[in-house]
Amino acid sequence: MAIDEIYTQVITEHSRDKRNRRHIDHATRTQKGVNPSCGDEIELELREENGVITDAAFTGSGCAISQASASMMADLIRGKTLDEAESICATFLGMIKGDVTDAEQLEVLDEALALQGVSHMPARVKCATLSWHTLKTALGE
Amino acid sequence: MANTKNFAADFPALNQQVNGNRLVYLDSAATSMRPQSVLDAAVDFYSTKGANPHRGVYKMAEEATAAYENSRAAVASYLSIDTDELIFTRNASESLNIVMYSYALDALKPGDSIVIPVSEHHSNLVPWQRAAARTGATLEYLYVDRVTGAISDDELERKITSKTKIVAFAHVSNVLGVLFPIEKLIARAKAVGAVTVLDCAQTIAHMPLDLHALDVDFAAFSGHKMYAPMGIGGLYGKRELLARMEPFLFGGDMIEYVREQDTTFAPAPQKFEAGTQNAGGAVALAAAIDYIKAIGWDILEAREAALMRRLVAGLNGLKDVTVIGDSNPDAPRYGVVAFNLRDVHSHDVASILDSYGIAIRAGQHCAAPLMDYLQLPFKSSCRASLALYNTEEDVDRLLECLPLVRGKMGYGD
Repeated sequence: MAIDEIYTQVITEHSRDKRNRRHIDHATRTQKGVNPSCGDEIELELREENGVITDAAFTGSGCAISQASASMMADLIRGKTLDEAESICATFLGMIKGDVTDAEQLEVLDEALALQGVSHMPARVKCATLSWHTLKTALGE
Repeated sequence: MANTKNFAADFPALNQQVNGNRLVYLDSAATSMRPQSVLDAAVDFYSTKGANPHRGVYKMAEEATAAYENSRAAVASYLSIDTDELIFTRNASESLNIVMYSYALDALKPGDSIVIPVSEHHSNLVPWQRAAARTGATLEYLYVDRVTGAISDDELERKITSKTKIVAFAHVSNVLGVLFPIEKLIARAKAVGAVTVLDCAQTIAHMPLDLHALDVDFAAFSGHKMYAPMGIGGLYGKRELLARMEPFLFGGDMIEYVREQDTTFAPAPQKFEAGTQNAGGAVALAAAIDYIKAIGWDILEAREAALMRRLVAGLNGLKDVTVIGDSNPDAPRYGVVAFNLRDVHSHDVASILDSYGIAIRAGQHCAAPLMDYLQLPFKSSCRASLALYNTEEDVDRLLECLPLVRGKMGYGD
């Protein structure tokens, strides 16, 4: 059942994990994201040095899917170049839209693959994508 | 015994499996399902009549007019009002917008106030924000008791003053569920000469309403919360108020004389019903009223009250569940109970319950200012709502599955 795949150990742990839920000293980019209709909100902080994201973290509150997605995203983009982060972001959003289904292409998403089932739950898509849209905006600055 | 009859069998949409489980529909406060007789009434209208009411002079058109106007008479009788005081609309939101556009914008001036409880649904809140912004009036809130939902006399007297021109309120909050002291509100509004606007969307299917006896000036409701289709609703307005209000939709069928440069309007309710109306919806709404009446208020109210007591008492008994507002199972509660599960966002609760076939509402329930005021975790809550077709099995199924949710979320005992 889709729901069991989504609320796997990975997601439920990530949603409560405090590692990525913090402020970053000397963040170079901060970006707020909200889903007004459900009250999910995150503030993404990035530290970038010479085109590389050396740290990523977030604060905020919301459902397990939105918070776990943000935490997994922070893990994925830390240490990546801005271009790489942008590409991972496009792959994730493509997966949720159902446009990207190729296993090899999705490999880069690692643990965040656990959220693939959300593509079949239209009402929860905005939860899973909140942090990623926030990242997209932050990178676009 | 009618009291134990399973009315769900009359509602085709309830007879289905969801995610491999029997559907347990606990979101009737958002929209109630429709019995077969209501669906048949709509099909019959379009199968046998189907012409445009109030226009043609041929037999089909006359039959369509009769069907539409008989429906108006049925709804008026249901609410204890006169037929010329009932305007058909799409829903309660449209009804409240008519009051805003056609009454409030002309009646309000800078320095006036509009007063509403903080627990209002956005449909009875946003129009008043806009009215205030456009007229220079202020919008003031009555702060309800966070537990009982009651409004103190002191609060009523401080907020509803000689400056107050409009007092708008729901009969029952769609989150708190307990009956509002509307008689007190109406009396206070009358004492200062303010017009009263009742949103009875949440009570219309759950208790008999006598709008003339309540003596409100306007009342709004939606058909889809009373076993009728979506897209039909109504606005009650006192005759003398409707007579002096300017319509806010102009066009066909709402006019008297139209010349090149000016127009006179038909009397109410026609002047507020521009263009072709949802006649099939009106006919189906009348059929929904027939369905409710055939069961009778005694049975319906006793049945829903017993189920609600079982639900609230059951929620009180669950570990990690907090009932929002009044948790007394004997409090006069109509239709809804809101609750939260410790540490879990309501959307996660609802998604997991859906996997068991249980449909509940989650989120802000179109009452964001109330979520802020109640300082709810995640500014949201779960909400289960009941209708005449729900059963003890439905309630017990929720009470049995809710304790499984935290486990799915990775929490231990």
